[in-house]
Amino acid sequence: MKSNNRNGLTRLIYNPTARSLFFQAVVLGGLLWFMLTIIGNVMTNLETRGISTGFGFLSQPAGFGISQTLIEYDETFSFGRTFIVGLLNTLLVSALGIVAATILGVFVGISRISPNWLLRKISMVYIEILRNIPLLLQIFFWYFVVLQALPRPRDSITFGEAVFINVRGVFVPKPMAETGFTFYAVLIVAAIIGVFVLGRWAKRRMIDTGQQFPVFWTSVGILIGTVVIGYFITGRPISLEYPELRGLNFRGGISLLPELLALWFALTIYTSTYIGEIVRSGIQSVAHGQTEACRALGLNEKQRMNLVILPQAMRVMIPPMTSQYLNLTKNSSLATAIGYPDLVSVFAGTTLNQTGQAIEIITMTMLVYLTISLSVSAFMNWFNKRVALVER
Amino acid sequence: MEKFTPIESRPAPLVEVGIIGWMRRNLFSSIPNTLVTIFTAYMLWIVLVPFLNWAFISSDWFGESRHDCTSGGACWVFVTVRWNLFMYGFYPEDSYWRPNLAFILLIAIIAWLSIPNLPFKKWVGIAAITIYPVVAYTLLYGGFGLDVIPTHRWGGLMLTLVLALIGIVVAIPIGILLALGRRSEMPVIKMVCVIFIEFWRGVPLITILFMASVMLPLFFAGGTDADKLMRALIGIVMFQSAYMAEVVRGGLQALSKGQFEGADALGLSYWQKMNLVVLPQALKIMIPGIVNTLISLFKDTSLIVIIGLLDVLGMVRQALSDPAWLGYPAEGYLFAAFMFWIFCFSMSRYSIYLEDRLNTGHRN
Repeated sequence: MKSNNRNGLTRLIYNPTARSLFFQAVVLGGLLWFMLTIIGNVMTNLETRGISTGFGFLSQPAGFGISQTLIEYDETFSFGRTFIVGLLNTLLVSALGIVAATILGVFVGISRISPNWLLRKISMVYIEILRNIPLLLQIFFWYFVVLQALPRPRDSITFGEAVFINVRGVFVPKPMAETGFTFYAVLIVAAIIGVFVLGRWAKRRMIDTGQQFPVFWTSVGILIGTVVIGYFITGRPISLEYPELRGLNFRGGISLLPELLALWFALTIYTSTYIGEIVRSGIQSVAHGQTEACRALGLNEKQRMNLVILPQAMRVMIPPMTSQYLNLTKNSSLATAIGYPDLVSVFAGTTLNQTGQAIEIITMTMLVYLTISLSVSAFMNWFNKRVALVER
Repeated sequence: MEKFTPIESRPAPLVEVGIIGWMRRNLFSSIPNTLVTIFTAYMLWIVLVPFLNWAFISSDWFGESRHDCTSGGACWVFVTVRWNLFMYGFYPEDSYWRPNLAFILLIAIIAWLSIPNLPFKKWVGIAAITIYPVVAYTLLYGGFGLDVIPTHRWGGLMLTLVLALIGIVVAIPIGILLALGRRSEMPVIKMVCVIFIEFWRGVPLITILFMASVMLPLFFAGGTDADKLMRALIGIVMFQSAYMAEVVRGGLQALSKGQFEGADALGLSYWQKMNLVVLPQALKIMIPGIVNTLISLFKDTSLIVIIGLLDVLGMVRQALSDPAWLGYPAEGYLFAAFMFWIFCFSMSRYSIYLEDRLNTGHRN
């Protein structure tokens, strides 16, 4: 009886549930204490520095200009507007980068396993060199070395007096909507829907009867046909506004800032090395037996790629590919180093300097990236479950 | 009857063997392939020849000022006259022996640990994580009779290496703890670890560095201005330990449950189980991931330029704005790129070597 009592405490120590509860309580308590200390410190520090907290600053006028705005903006707009402008610029460069890096990366990845020795070696060297150099350095290189070496506006490199390339950026004609544009747009949307319907019909027919329909080339034909013929039928609803040299710089047209170009090129090239390796390992991960089985079934080269190899390679490739896209989006924040007006540069940079609201601004900026990351990875988890190989 | 002697087999046709055969197989096997070869070779020719000419053949290597660059190619004098600045930043010149000694010691330790079959590895390892940090800190920063050299004078390659090394040494244990926490069955601990990991992985490093430089001072009592380098380091360590945690978790997950159960069934204690069964297998799987994290940490240290610390890239940028040396950005950036590349590339090669050596043939 007595020994039992003495062992009561010992028993409690060795009881897994009690132990786990104790540890969790300690961690929770420590964390709470840590948070409270920090919040307390922040409050006193803000008070002594005379900084007011809150998001009131978002509606005050900003008073500074931004070099590239996708929506209407000037100095009189609010700090809240600078947040939107910066966010849109971040999304723009990320989207451009993702598209270009995918194209280049797939090309590099396929070159890596090409039967041509020279191409194989060159793409290997490309990957090994560019992957091992910090992205920031590559951005600087494009911005300060390559783009600064371009001619001045007066001596621009030009293509047919429509596209101009100089040290101030690239200037291309801007399409302007004329009368009849709505009809033209409706026509194009209808063509796109038609292509989707065609694809579904062809797939159902293939499953039912085994007959294949040349969906890809028919779709290309329909789309190009609609775009070209529709343009003339609706009475040329798009006109081009050409850039013109006025004074020291070009006016009109669409101008791509050198900052945007440098960031875009660097992000594209850096990410393409990673995508190239993903594509290569994805294709190589499909067992060789699959290729042999295709030959035995009498599928031709194209059918083998489209129907057997790629669908299996995709399953391996898509998760790491998505994380590269996320990395690219996060890496676009390096824009601040060369002054491209992205979210970090405009909002966590200029706006922060103007208002001094460090906590609110850094939190908002981080929340944006966090939202993007978490929603994409939630989507990826769902997608992975859907395409995961059902093993027996 | 005459004995049958087969006539000697004829040699293979010349076009099928040797260099010609190799070229026929690898470069000119079909018409598209031939076109690709010709096109690629041409592109290589028009890019590589001018570059090599600029960088090596007609370049200047030695001199005192930009007037020594006369041959029209790359002006490497820009780099050679500032070699010390690029290596040590504004570290006082008469104290260069201190970082040198610290790094030589480190290289000796790493060599000892990484060359197979040397004795006393365990003791060297223990010394490396207990005694060495104190020695290195004293050498680099000062104390014990050495002059104190404040961190704002540190720079160049030295700063890059210091950041990367401290980052990785601190990030690995934190990462392991976080990974174990994430696999833990205690809900509170698991949740804390998941939130921590996902938070740092979800935001770009640059916002973390901004946070470290503008928000962190507000967190300390009395608004103490902690050392700038220290603040950057805290940010980098938080960021990298989250990535490290995911690498460790991947390694632990790749082990089959039977390994844990087998060790338990043999009656091994927790640490025996970890040291003799789990970690030797998990580590092998984790090595590529750990080295990749190390490489990205090394590349990420370059971001401290943005908050005003001067690593190799920062020193190069500062040198480029020197009015006496305007107009050599290509040389400067190529030099910095080469510095980063050589470290990252050798790390990735070592990881491949290690993978091969540790591959005991369980896979495939």
